[in-house]
Amino acid sequence: MAEKKEPPKRTASEKADFKRELTEVVPHLRAFARGLCGRPDMADDLVQETMLKAWAAQERFEPGTSMRAWTFVILRNAYLTDMRRNRFRGEYDEGVAERILTAPAGQEEPLHLSDMHRALLTLPPERREALLLVGAGGFSYEEAANICGCAVGTIKSRVGRARATLNSMLADGDIPQRSIDDESAHRAILEELDDVAAGKGEAAAKA
Amino acid sequence: MPRNEHETEKARRSGKTAGGGASPEWADGLRHLYDSVVEEPLPDSFKDLLAQLDETDDDDLPSKEGKKD
Repeated sequence: MAEKKEPPKRTASEKADFKRELTEVVPHLRAFARGLCGRPDMADDLVQETMLKAWAAQERFEPGTSMRAWTFVILRNAYLTDMRRNRFRGEYDEGVAERILTAPAGQEEPLHLSDMHRALLTLPPERREALLLVGAGGFSYEEAANICGCAVGTIKSRVGRARATLNSMLADGDIPQRSIDDESAHRAILEELDDVAAGKGEAAAKA
Repeated sequence: MPRNEHETEKARRSGKTAGGGASPEWADGLRHLYDSVVEEPLPDSFKDLLAQLDETDDDDLPSKEGKKD
């Protein structure tokens, strides 16, 4: 952008603070990324990309604000960019997801995490991310709206629709197979992503 | 972590959902899905990357990622 003023150079101790906060949110970034894209290995790639971008852009982080929200915006934008470059095309492997999602839990669950995750992945991406942020990440509607760069009412309605869909899918045990490698489903997802991407997150608007 | 995240968390745990009515069973599953990843031990690749951040900073900045207008 046409901003002239250079952000102030960070001191060594500010950098150390930034790094500590960044380190703290990495597990959350991994959880968010894994909810967004099906595969754990790709999710982790996305998180590493996010960490590098966050580090490079650390002057733009306002100390005292939420590092988690700030980095989620970066992760989200990286995800949208990758999706639109088809990097995730056809990469969702249900077998892999199932194995990895069920293995580490090691305890009785009211429903299989793999079912949960599969149901989640059938949601349109903008509803999926809204539900992840609010229902799993514990963000308020306002915070989620800031991260997604849209109105609070929009987030509320996306979360509401996502919940309604999951309610009926999981109650009936009827989870449609919307696989990402299906050609038409993939195109539909990309079209939806254009809508999602139209609302860029606040913090990343300048990134 | 900001406080209001915890308040939201409490509100949700008390069973309220946007659609009204009690929180469905899967809502816990969704949180568990997220929390199970949060609680995973961090793979070494992440620790390596975090360690590298300081190094890239001491030397010249990585021109690829760092310079973007």
